[in-house]
Amino acid sequence: MWTWFHKLSSPPHAYRILGRLAPWFGWPALGLILLGVYWGLVKAPADYQQGEGFRILYVHAPAAWMSMFIYVVMAVAAAIGLIWRMKLAHAAAAACAPVGASFTFLALATGSIWGKPMWGTWWVWDARLTSELILLFLYLGYMALRSSFDDPRRADRASAVLAIVGVINVPIIHYSVEWWTTLHQPASVTRIAKPAIALPMLVPLFIMLAGYQLYFGWLLCRRLQGEILRRERNAGWLQEVA
Amino acid sequence: MTQPAGLLESMRLVVRRELTLAWRRWDEAAQPLLFYLVVTTLFPLATTPELATLRTVGGGVVWVAALLSSLLALESVFRSDVEDGTMEQWVLSGQPLAWLLLAKVVAHWLLTGLPLVLISPVVGAALGLPVGIWPTLVLSLALGTATLSVLGGIGAALTVGIRRGSVLLSLLVLPLAMPLLIFGARAVSLALGGESATGPLQLLAAIFCLAWSLGPLAMSAAMRVSTEG
Repeated sequence: MWTWFHKLSSPPHAYRILGRLAPWFGWPALGLILLGVYWGLVKAPADYQQGEGFRILYVHAPAAWMSMFIYVVMAVAAAIGLIWRMKLAHAAAAACAPVGASFTFLALATGSIWGKPMWGTWWVWDARLTSELILLFLYLGYMALRSSFDDPRRADRASAVLAIVGVINVPIIHYSVEWWTTLHQPASVTRIAKPAIALPMLVPLFIMLAGYQLYFGWLLCRRLQGEILRRERNAGWLQEVA
Repeated sequence: MTQPAGLLESMRLVVRRELTLAWRRWDEAAQPLLFYLVVTTLFPLATTPELATLRTVGGGVVWVAALLSSLLALESVFRSDVEDGTMEQWVLSGQPLAWLLLAKVVAHWLLTGLPLVLISPVVGAALGLPVGIWPTLVLSLALGTATLSVLGGIGAALTVGIRRGSVLLSLLVLPLAMPLLIFGARAVSLALGGESATGPLQLLAAIFCLAWSLGPLAMSAAMRVSTEG
């Protein structure tokens, strides 16, 4: 029954499947992001307090959610790689890291751009911004650790331990706005209650999130294919495929 | 010795070994403490000699200097054992590796963290911190340096095989140590304002419990990766 899962750990099989999956992530991602951008920038009503400037929310909030999501994906892949010794799980974790770091940077940068007109400051050392910055450092540290080993197996396993140790930061980021009084606004969407945001504004937000998720799926397929190529570069099956 | 050592016995042996080795090179063991004193001296030179102004940042300076000094010492905590093969013997010994590494971290804290904690009131006074906050300062630093010893132990176990891994060690450990710094400095600043610092101190104690219970497991996983290759 689990044959399909076991077959996934074979690099040539996985390479083929990823190649077939990627367009199914990529094109819908493009469509949804374009739709979300149009809806958020043009169609959604202006905020009564912040006016038109709030629209950067549609880039900022999904990027921040993705930064935390991707770290968890990376940590889970690392754990699978450590526990079941699946090379491909380690490859998936390695493929996630730069994407997650980019989303974290995007969240911090767009948040900073939003903060200047709204709060009057580019940066403030409150709990959420600080813990998101720590997340960026964790991603960069993971990538630095990975690249400092010559032996790929040791690189995989050492960075897997680091990823798992760092996952404690993700709940801290999410709950930081509840535990401390911060300048960053509290959770309006990802909470166990009715969302505190109006529906016409919420719909494009979810469209953008879905678009980002599919974009991440597409990126992960392509980057994982690249990782497989790099790791298997001396293998025979590559001759037929690439 | 016909039976393998029990848990308490193995901890006692490891701690005694570390302390004896450090005593033979006590000048090396004293270097982190000297670094601590030098770094805390830099701040009044760089900002202002007025105690009233220094007092406002004094707690933070004491904490940051303690973090950096501990990190310096942590870089070599496992290196000599891995290089001469002792660590491989420990991995193969049948004793719980997490416990043995925890024993090393205990010894490491006794040699580096504890002197920092004991001298911190003096350093704090030099930066204008009043006598009344010494208990909070000492308690927060004791919890913080002990937690940092474990976190740094995880980082050291990961980076022990890497050439020039000291900067990488700092890059890996400092983001994880930022919550410690936030709560520790907050405890000191609350005490400075005359308010109760139990909130941050309790959080520091919670992080300490988490680090000392699960940290050795992460250390042993990291060490197995570094020694088995």
